[in-house]
Amino acid sequence: MQEIFNIFVKSIFIDNMIFAYFLGMCSYLAVSKTVNTSFGLGLAVVFVLGITVPVDYLLNKYILEAGALSWLGEDFAEVDLSFLSFIMFIAVIASMVQLVEMAVEKFAPALYNSLGIFLPLIAVNCAILGGSLFMQEREYETIAEATSFGVGSGVGFFLAIIGIAAIREKITYSNVPAPLRGLGITFIITGLMGIAFMSFMGIKL
Amino acid sequence: MSEAVKQKEPLFSPKNKKLIFNPLSKENPITVQVLGICSALAVTAKLEPAFVMSVSVMAVLAAANVIISMLRNTIPSRIRIIVQLVIVAALVILVDQVLKAFAYDVSKQLSVFVGLIITNCILMGRLEAFAMGNKPWPAFLDGIGNAMGYAWILITIAFVRELFGSGTIWNYPVMENLGLYDIGYKNNGFMILPPMALIVVGIIIWIQRSRDKELVEEK
Repeated sequence: MQEIFNIFVKSIFIDNMIFAYFLGMCSYLAVSKTVNTSFGLGLAVVFVLGITVPVDYLLNKYILEAGALSWLGEDFAEVDLSFLSFIMFIAVIASMVQLVEMAVEKFAPALYNSLGIFLPLIAVNCAILGGSLFMQEREYETIAEATSFGVGSGVGFFLAIIGIAAIREKITYSNVPAPLRGLGITFIITGLMGIAFMSFMGIKL
Repeated sequence: MSEAVKQKEPLFSPKNKKLIFNPLSKENPITVQVLGICSALAVTAKLEPAFVMSVSVMAVLAAANVIISMLRNTIPSRIRIIVQLVIVAALVILVDQVLKAFAYDVSKQLSVFVGLIITNCILMGRLEAFAMGNKPWPAFLDGIGNAMGYAWILITIAFVRELFGSGTIWNYPVMENLGLYDIGYKNNGFMILPPMALIVVGIIIWIQRSRDKELVEEK
């Protein structure tokens, strides 16, 4: 249990998707103009990462890894399909996003209205595929650990995008040098936020 | 009859040249179109991975652009995203296997970022915006041009970060050979850390936009 909690905290603060690995930067920059929209996108990312990481974990463990197919019989024990992981993961992500979109539309129309436009965008968000690939590279032991990593990374992204959106709303009132306006200042602020987040690196879990 | 005599467009007509050279400055994928930031920042602590990453992106982008552009009339528009993803994923698997075979160390350093070429926004952006509506040859040029625009930003960032962060250029100890350490120079370890990449990009954007006033954003 302790281990699971550690992974959760670590993936939010120390291995933050945005500040430590720059994953999901494109949507982070494009959708962070107001707090409301970034809240929707952040929520959708938490949601989708929480679903796709465990699913990809199972896929990796029972189909792709070296020796993962041994449940099919002796003949398959040697098979190593890990080179297929990119294409399998992206297919799972694209179809899960589609499924989630349909389910949310049917069972929670209110949530769908707030997330709606962001869900399809998420299929091509690097943070989602990155989450699955990091999960594969770090070789988590159980599905619970993988899930807590997925949700934690999502929450990290959520915090980061809300933070930058709040700052950007305020910065429209400031007198930024013209060539730096918009994109440039956003990069520099993100860098400064990243430096702040780096203070968590000292914490050993 | 006149159509038959109509001169064929030369391979490097002014229009095609634009496709290659515009993305280097005015339509730079990173600093103007804001595409493909994720990988641009993560692999730039040293020159070598940055260079390998640029070459990989160039190969995938040019090939994907050509393939999609050849298929553009047969892909049903409703499922085009999936088709694009599958083609790109297949190409990235090829690149990944080649890297693992011939440049294993670099491929370890790049870790998941080779795989993330699949969701690199440059690819989807260019495929959607250009390859779906143009012939293979211009699409190829567009791919090369955008990858070059991506590459030079990557290499500039990596150059700055490696020079000031580790005091080397492509693992060649410049600062040591200049004898700067003897007179008290210290490497700035901060440059290697992730946040500095963002600030370096911010500064590049600043310089570019103060030279080219057209790019300045409206308030």
